[in-house]
Amino acid sequence: MSELIVNGLSVVRGDARLVSDVSFACRTGELVALLGPNGAGKTTLLRAALGLEAPTQGTATLGGDDTQTLSATERARRASYLPQARPLAWPSPVRDVVALGRFAHGAALGRLGDADQKAVADALSACDLSSFADRATDTLSGGELARVHFARAFAAKAPLLIADEPVAALDPKHQHRVLQLVRDFVEAGGGAIVVLHDISLAARFADRLLWLRDGALLADGSPTDTLTPERLAEVYDIDATIDGHHVHIEGAR
Amino acid sequence: MTRLLTPGLLLACVVAVFAACLLGSTALAPSRVLAALIGGADAGDRIVVWSIRLPRALTALCVGAALGLSGAALQGLLRNPLAEPGVLGVSATASLTATFALYYGLVAINPWALPIAAISGALVATALIALAAVRTSSVVTLILIGVGLSSLAGALMSLLMNLAPNPFSLSDMINWMLGSVANRSFDDLLFSAPFLLVGAAILFMTRRGLSALTLGDEAASGVGLNLRRQRLAVVLGAGLATGAAVALAGAIGFVGIVAPHIVRPWVQHDPARSLLPSALLAGLILVLADIGVRLMPTDNELKLGVVAALIGAPAFIWIAMQRRSIGE
Repeated sequence: MSELIVNGLSVVRGDARLVSDVSFACRTGELVALLGPNGAGKTTLLRAALGLEAPTQGTATLGGDDTQTLSATERARRASYLPQARPLAWPSPVRDVVALGRFAHGAALGRLGDADQKAVADALSACDLSSFADRATDTLSGGELARVHFARAFAAKAPLLIADEPVAALDPKHQHRVLQLVRDFVEAGGGAIVVLHDISLAARFADRLLWLRDGALLADGSPTDTLTPERLAEVYDIDATIDGHHVHIEGAR
Repeated sequence: MTRLLTPGLLLACVVAVFAACLLGSTALAPSRVLAALIGGADAGDRIVVWSIRLPRALTALCVGAALGLSGAALQGLLRNPLAEPGVLGVSATASLTATFALYYGLVAINPWALPIAAISGALVATALIALAAVRTSSVVTLILIGVGLSSLAGALMSLLMNLAPNPFSLSDMINWMLGSVANRSFDDLLFSAPFLLVGAAILFMTRRGLSALTLGDEAASGVGLNLRRQRLAVVLGAGLATGAAVALAGAIGFVGIVAPHIVRPWVQHDPARSLLPSALLAGLILVLADIGVRLMPTDNELKLGVVAALIGAPAFIWIAMQRRSIGE
């Protein structure tokens, strides 16, 4: 009952068709990677699916209810969303930023209830941040900060996680570490949609790949089925060879 | 320590207001002030305390609290430590509309005209700033819009002064521009208080949302904040509170920026928890500054707004120079 189902979704802004008749589903227990070049409409698709932006056509349901009519609180309880830009306005302690993930459950900073405190503590330890709890966020490295944002998302205890380019600007070690966090979340019964640019990484961690180009969904399937040189040429305009889950990019077309 | 912040500030405010009742051209002994406050003492003492010093001190407290609260809330909404009713041109616009109401004699017809005029000006300016904040994420652009708004209000104010029919209305307007709490009565307070209280109540209701906005607009709506409602509520609350403050005392700048800045490290930089202490601290600052104004041996009594700007503007520059952003 906690799946995200997108049905014939289109987003048109002015003359631009940003998302064009996309349908897919994400259920709990699966990690879906959303792939596509810059400007393919990945962010718009996710925002429209979550109801943060009004689609021109089509519907998206979250746990059976249309996301356009869900209240902000109810939506946040069903899916946590990590947007691409995540600037923190103040040098708040890590614990407080993570506690903001409990907003939809009515938590107020400094006066957390028992359930909120437990959720925050669980999220901190899942992301290996317990020893950082009282550090100010402006003293953290990019990799640590990325984990803070994931802890914030996990603290919501929503069944679905939607993360827009969570590993951009991270070094390889932290990319793997962050995706392992998502993988663990999925193994524990959650569902996740993650926007990625590293195709090898996506093939390694994801159960399914969604291939988006010019707003249209070109393929939806397991890495084994959908990761082919032809598809890479079609979606990214690149020449590449594939060896298992490893992609060797020869050059741009 | 953090837990003692609010009670400590509250106590300091009470002490400061009491001290403001003691001090003046004729210093009264604490026992005489106390007696006058509870209705004893002689008629002269009672008049001095109840009609002159107490309303003046309470006006300074309310004006400061309204500005400190609005400043803290606007800083939370715009995620910017430099946001404040004065800097954003809200106070200037409110004092322009208030002067307008005075100039055309609306206030003589109905005393509610003054707060309503000031509040309309404040609401228009706050809404404009919030609208601009939706379109641009640039802090610099916002501050520049505030500067532009202040300049425009200032120019229109100069125009009104230019056209002033006689020196009396001219000096009235200058008083308004400079900002002062001298000669305020309980009646003045009563006419502004409802707006101030409603504004403050609205701002307190937005507090959880202000915390969530620490994450940025996009992520805040992701954790379940209704952004549109939040913006509207803060604009309305800050407009009402600032407008009421301007109706009471004219334009007094920079307290709204200094108080939250001092409070923030004590409340883990959480905008929600900074609201109440910022209000109390800003109120305290103005009561103390007003005591200073009254005690200073100058020929003309200095205007409270002038002193506030003399302290506040350098603080503004210092905060701006310290500023760095996280994760940008």
